Amino acid sequence: MNKFTRRDTLKMGVGAGALAGAGLLGYRPAFGEVMAADVPAPKFAVEKGAELRVLRPAKFVQGDETQFLANTEKFTKETGVKVRVDNESWEDLRPKTAVAANIGSGPDVVLAWNDDPHQYPDKLIDLTEVAEYLGKKYGGWYPIAERYGKGSDGKWIAMPIGASGGAIVYRKSWVNEAGYDAIPTDIDNFLTLAKNLKKNNHPMGFALGNAQGDGNTWTHWLVWSHGGALVDEDNKVIIDSPETIAALEYGKQLVDQFIPGTLSWLDPSNNKAFLAGEISLTSNGISVYYSAKNSSDPAIKAMAEDIHHARFPIGPVGQPTEAGLLVNTMVFKHTKYPNAAKEYLRFIFEKEQYAPWQTASIGYWSHPLAAYAGNPIWTEDPKHAAYSEVMKNMLWYGYRGSLGYASAATLADFIINNMVAQVCSGRATPKEAAAEAQRRAERYYRT
Amino acid sequence: MAHQNVADPRAAGAVRERRIARPRDSWIVRTFDNPVVLSFLFMLPAATLLLVFLTYPLGLGIWLGFTDTRIGRAGVFIGLENYQSLFRDSMFWLAVSNTVLYTVIATIGKFALGLWLALLLNNHLPAKALIRSIILVPWIVPTVLSALAFWWIYDPQFSIISWALTEMGLIDQYIDFLGTPNNARASLIAANIWRGIPFVAICLLAGLQTISPSLYEAAALDGASAWQRFRHVTLPMLMPILAVVMTFSILFTFTDFQLIYAITRGGPAGTTHLMATLAFQRAIPGGQLGEGAAIAVAMIPFLVFATLFSYFALARRKWQHGGSDD
Repeated sequence: MNKFTRRDTLKMGVGAGALAGAGLLGYRPAFGEVMAADVPAPKFAVEKGAELRVLRPAKFVQGDETQFLANTEKFTKETGVKVRVDNESWEDLRPKTAVAANIGSGPDVVLAWNDDPHQYPDKLIDLTEVAEYLGKKYGGWYPIAERYGKGSDGKWIAMPIGASGGAIVYRKSWVNEAGYDAIPTDIDNFLTLAKNLKKNNHPMGFALGNAQGDGNTWTHWLVWSHGGALVDEDNKVIIDSPETIAALEYGKQLVDQFIPGTLSWLDPSNNKAFLAGEISLTSNGISVYYSAKNSSDPAIKAMAEDIHHARFPIGPVGQPTEAGLLVNTMVFKHTKYPNAAKEYLRFIFEKEQYAPWQTASIGYWSHPLAAYAGNPIWTEDPKHAAYSEVMKNMLWYGYRGSLGYASAATLADFIINNMVAQVCSGRATPKEAAAEAQRRAERYYRT
Repeated sequence: MAHQNVADPRAAGAVRERRIARPRDSWIVRTFDNPVVLSFLFMLPAATLLLVFLTYPLGLGIWLGFTDTRIGRAGVFIGLENYQSLFRDSMFWLAVSNTVLYTVIATIGKFALGLWLALLLNNHLPAKALIRSIILVPWIVPTVLSALAFWWIYDPQFSIISWALTEMGLIDQYIDFLGTPNNARASLIAANIWRGIPFVAICLLAGLQTISPSLYEAAALDGASAWQRFRHVTLPMLMPILAVVMTFSILFTFTDFQLIYAITRGGPAGTTHLMATLAFQRAIPGGQLGEGAAIAVAMIPFLVFATLFSYFALARRKWQHGGSDD
């Protein structure tokens, strides 16, 4: 489960110690502030005439892109390094990155999904120096960030820039009508809530198509919450288990309460349905609330008042089992300007850039570095709070095993997502779907 | 006349003597004088392009299918393992059956509607040129744009079709076009038919316009009905072009990727995957280049069959020139 090892705890302690030390050395940490320790920045001699191409996922909230580009422009002004940023649709980001990795050409810096960097670690430059500097300066990396960022040899092959959490997004008034003051914390009551919502003609709906973010987050929660997992600690595939079957049986009951059509939903679908008043509850990042809050339509703006967020309920396993969509920054070895790329990454992680970016995204991207928990964005609106500790709470895809080629490939192939969808569409029984997932996953994990 | 002189043995002897008397040609001139060499050289640019852009990728794809290559890592030869794995893979067989179903139904639909449209357009219509241009729109619009349009048209919550039918009182709840396997398959086939009709219609229209009106006049004089004229004049005369167009249509439909990828990405639960989309899914996002290549290679027998069909259908053309049908 989401247990922190003694080593992880020690690391967090070191990070916290660094912050405390920083305070003693004259820093004046205050509530709602990002505290940074006084750590000298590594010196990367930026190559003369350096130019960079950056590939990143397209925005889901406008502020994310606007501020990211502004930060990039600031970097260009300060260093003279020209940077071209390409925004790629979520589904196409992975294929483009994979092709760049394979042919050794294309973008220099990529903001890639989850453990994609672990598919081709030897194609990436070592970011250890930058990562260690940032860790020391900003209170340490969360353990999940270290897990996603480090390769099998312990060197940093990527640095997570943030994760979008798949929290519960709901219309409070409708949940109240369905007999609940807040989102239940156990799955039995959650199912009852789903039934009541459907009865009241305000069904819930979670994406079941091959949705990169929303489909994966909730289907993994479903399996993990019942004690199921794709692999064990030794990377042995164990998805075909009684726990998974139980999860699929529960999932079928839950999906029966959904609005029709969720089997085809991709990432934008639940946002649209929610804002159109078609559904009362979904699993999503903060983008639904952001859209409502910033809408020019008074009716939708008014809806923002009624939108609330909550963490996912806890299943029979007895502990939170949330997933999140993580974005990892990495630099390909084929870049002609590795120093410029490292300097660029360091720059965008610094609080002068990172904190405004997080703020502009109204917390859509939850931070990997502990110090950014002090960003006022998490406290200025209580509705942001559910997303403030996404990276502290989330499990990793490929849980309980290690990250690597197989975990990345199984996620990219939507093995868990399709297993749940097969059962929920009635195409397969839980036993059949779990067996099929086992066979597919074994194919990836055999190497 | 010169050719008569050459025909004269004495004149020919004189020519040979003159040649002998001339200084010997360089090897370059002699080489280029050789028709075999020259034709080879003329063919070389096209052959090089074919080798680089067709034969090499095809060969590489076939080779990859026998390896465990994955993204970022060169593979090793594993023989038929990829194919053995696919043989046991229910998703692969689902993709095969989807592809065949998709190709057969969409091709039939495109031909029935395309032929009907071609016959209509072959009549004397007002603003014929404009109508023909409009008919071409689905074909010339980039596939991804039409796919996005269909994605909206089929949206479970915002479908214009569902909305219109609801407003007309014909249905009381929105149709889940893409949320159930059969609906999703039917919706994709409809989108493919819509997109493919212009190609078939315009090609067949070109064929129709090559048929001499005198054949119809003769048939009419013999008392042939409209159906008999179509059956015994139009259809046989159209057969060669029909064979070519059908072959191309089968190839395009069988290898379709964009429509599926943009509208459903193979969902729901993989039930609309075609072989092309599954090959891509496994090879690029999934990183299994070897397995993806194996799925792509598995398409070759179907495509060869379609090409052979075209060849033999075209071979039947000689009947038009008085030959037999066999």
